[in-house]
Amino acid sequence: MGEPSKKLFEITSEEVSADQVIARLADSGMGAVIAFIGVVRGVTAGRKVRYLQYEAYPEMAEEALEQIADEIRVRWKTIEKVAIVHRVGRLEIGETSVVIALSAGHREEVFDAARYAIDRLKEIAPIWKKEVWTDGAEWKSG
Amino acid sequence: MKVKVKLFGAPREALGRREIEQTLPEGSTAGALLDLLVEAHPALRPYSSLIKLAVNRKYVPAQTRLHEGDEVALIPPVGGG
Repeated sequence: MGEPSKKLFEITSEEVSADQVIARLADSGMGAVIAFIGVVRGVTAGRKVRYLQYEAYPEMAEEALEQIADEIRVRWKTIEKVAIVHRVGRLEIGETSVVIALSAGHREEVFDAARYAIDRLKEIAPIWKKEVWTDGAEWKSG
Repeated sequence: MKVKVKLFGAPREALGRREIEQTLPEGSTAGALLDLLVEAHPALRPYSSLIKLAVNRKYVPAQTRLHEGDEVALIPPVGGG
């Protein structure tokens, strides 16, 4: 374990926590921070999930995450900073797959911006997820 | 010319490879490269209609012309989050 990463847009095989991602935003002008935390769910469509296997095209995915942040700052002028960290590799039920943190001087726009960030991530970031069940597996999109 | 092709997700698994060095005629398009790959690797066929193309880390339309040394990624439907 080295220094904690300060990258604002990162694909990592390390564990991800909201605190650690929020820390990357640190700024004295911050009055509100919102974090979206994606967590591995143990049941999908009635099937029991054993674990999820995530994979990414890391260089392109990090650029896509940065693009999402740029889009957010064009739409919502009050958003100051954005950090998005997505984990890859084998993730167990209850582990955090993604943290999106946004800061602003005031709270008004952070909710819509966070929603936009996760929707856009699912749409454009080159990241893939395979659900592994007790009786099979499938690559899932969307 | 030669390009580097990167594979991910279901098509990567179906082919059992993460990367292919592909030689193709000068001036070929990204779409022509995909057709050629599907021809050479039938395991890709079930995914070909869903695959988007990225050249040097940017999504591109199929008619985009390729250049020597380009990094082309076959992007099956994404599912992060």
